[in-house]
Amino acid sequence: MKRVITTTVINQSGVLNRVTGLLMKRQFNIESISVGHTEQPGMSKMTFIVNVEDEGKLEQLLKQLQKQIDVIKVNDITDKAVVMRELALVKVVAPPAVRSEIYSIVEPFRATVVDMSKNVTTFQVTGDPEKIEAFIDLMKPYGIKELTRTGVSAFVRETQKVQAPQLNIL
Amino acid sequence: MGVNMKVRQETDQRLKGSGADVLIRSLQEQEVEIIFGYPGGAVLPIYDALHKNPIRHVLARHEQGAIHAAEGYARVSGKPGVVIATSGPGATNLVTGIADAMLDSIPLVVFTGQVASGVIGTDAFQEADIIGITQPITKHNYQVKSAEDLPRIIQEAFYIASTGRPGPVVIDVPKDISAKMFVEAERPKEIELPGYQPTTKPNFLQIQKAIQALTESERPLILAGAGVLAARATEELQEFIERHQIPITNTLLGLGTIDGHHELFLGMAGMHGTYTANTAICECDVLLNIGARFDDRLTGNLAHFAPKAKVIHIDIDPAEIGKNVPTAIPIVADAKEALRELLNQPFESPDTAAWLRLLKTNTAAYPLQYKADKERGILPQQAIELIHKLTRGDAVVTTDVGQHQMWAAQYYKFNYPHHWVTSGGLGTMGFGFPAAIGAQLAKPHEKVVAIVGDAGFQMTLQELSLLQEMRLPVKVVILNNQCLGMVRQWQETFYEERYSQSMISVQPDFVKLAQAYDIQGYKVETMEEAEAVFAEAFESNEPALIDCRVVQLENVYPMVAPGKGLNEMIGVKIE
Repeated sequence: MKRVITTTVINQSGVLNRVTGLLMKRQFNIESISVGHTEQPGMSKMTFIVNVEDEGKLEQLLKQLQKQIDVIKVNDITDKAVVMRELALVKVVAPPAVRSEIYSIVEPFRATVVDMSKNVTTFQVTGDPEKIEAFIDLMKPYGIKELTRTGVSAFVRETQKVQAPQLNIL
Repeated sequence: MGVNMKVRQETDQRLKGSGADVLIRSLQEQEVEIIFGYPGGAVLPIYDALHKNPIRHVLARHEQGAIHAAEGYARVSGKPGVVIATSGPGATNLVTGIADAMLDSIPLVVFTGQVASGVIGTDAFQEADIIGITQPITKHNYQVKSAEDLPRIIQEAFYIASTGRPGPVVIDVPKDISAKMFVEAERPKEIELPGYQPTTKPNFLQIQKAIQALTESERPLILAGAGVLAARATEELQEFIERHQIPITNTLLGLGTIDGHHELFLGMAGMHGTYTANTAICECDVLLNIGARFDDRLTGNLAHFAPKAKVIHIDIDPAEIGKNVPTAIPIVADAKEALRELLNQPFESPDTAAWLRLLKTNTAAYPLQYKADKERGILPQQAIELIHKLTRGDAVVTTDVGQHQMWAAQYYKFNYPHHWVTSGGLGTMGFGFPAAIGAQLAKPHEKVVAIVGDAGFQMTLQELSLLQEMRLPVKVVILNNQCLGMVRQWQETFYEERYSQSMISVQPDFVKLAQAYDIQGYKVETMEEAEAVFAEAFESNEPALIDCRVVQLENVYPMVAPGKGLNEMIGVKIE
């Protein structure tokens, strides 16, 4: 099952290596990872999407992350109301003949053109991973020259609709 | 005058000197008595500072010897072992010991030299990325970026290594940092580690649940591991089991938590555990695990592990609870605090009389056994019983990994805790002998016996120089079967006796080897010789090495084959 996990870490050299190394050592598969500074100086936040087999493995993952000295906080926010965003840059083959057709597809995604040449247009699209997947799928028939994604960044929403059970870190 | 006083006070708050001086001063503040190490280019400034400093340094003959000695020291003294090695090969030679300490939760603070900050990352001479290399096998590691950080980092390292679940911490010191002159570093104040707050006090409700489960049980069993030793909780444990008459078994590393002759002690459990202990795990209705991590060598096939039991698990490391065995009542706590809480809450003892009778019957019917035969020569089990007899169960015993280790665990019944030093998790050959040196330095007045195999001993035998140099009265007993005993046993059992690369027909003359190091060497081939020689060697205050020739094809039994459950022991009865 896919889980979204956020960790607050002390922004020290090697901390990213430590966390990803731990996931590798314990045989967890990272699907996406994003790291950046937070509102607190010296603190960074990492957001992972990982594939875990079952609840037991998930509990292990959370506990092993928590055990790291540089890791301050670990949260599995999968079952919470969250804001989840990812950014993708997609370079699409768009010769003048099909350009307006492509633009009409792009529009509902609110993607923007960030670079353009005679036959190739680069779009920037943001949203949750499903939206980005859908966008990429629609662009595929035209020919994607290059694609890069930032990985997911996520927050828990201020208002939680239902009380989602959270895995207890002892 | 007042102004001068103030200046004086301020300077007293600081550690001054070179980076290396500050490093050594910080070690003194941690009350370090002994350092195990080996010099080299990148640690020259540190060794220069040591030269004018009173901390004792033990010069091993290989970095691996240094770190295993530090592990032995830490295991019996309870204090972190301190190691120094140079960059590159010096540091990589420590890797086995660091991994060993990680798996067996031994507190170590390990200093590695590093090339100068400016050339890190350029593949400089003797550069190795030891931070990257040791990241998965340390509790934590640091690379020092500024000499002024040394006191704080060292204070944190000792704190991290020795609290919570102990483990190794590596501090990588670039040469320019230790060589820096005129450093003025703040003395560290309070430790500030927001990401490291080990829970030591047990949750009251969880303790209540544990008590209720124990009260209602008919066949309770305690499994005590090294966590009890690390927490120095053996007295509390003994009081608890005696008060409530609960039988107890040990993991390999937990041996010594209870007197080996105690009537409630069932012997070690696991792959080569006793019949009584393993069947008790299969039959118990409540299994109280204190400070053990349910390692696969203990549990065997998890599907058949403690099938009838409600599991209570007390561990200081929350990540160990539920990792391998589903746990009904998790208790995150220091073993001592948890046991004290269990002792403070008076509760009705379960009626275990029938259960204890059954276990006693099992022990009488299926004791550990071997078939001595004068014609065949000395059986390794006999040799260990002889060592036990001569040392009255009081010695510090160290081992490597393999057959001799299992026989020592089975037949050397310890009277006291902290006398058993073995490589459990990593299973490191070459561990036992240097560990014995460290143990002897920690306990100069105790008898220390390194029980090793002929193959493992040859991996770190260069440390005989330390016995020669310091005249440490360590007794090295080589149980010499001229093969890799455990490998050979598995090849016999699982590979139709195809002894691929496990029979070592050529080996040095160990007596002459001992003599080359100015150590008394003996060779024994019969029990009569063994009795006389062991007695003489153990009486002496000098180091000794005994080449004890044992029956080559003897196997360790009982045994739970890999992948089998604890209920599927073989070799329980020797015909």
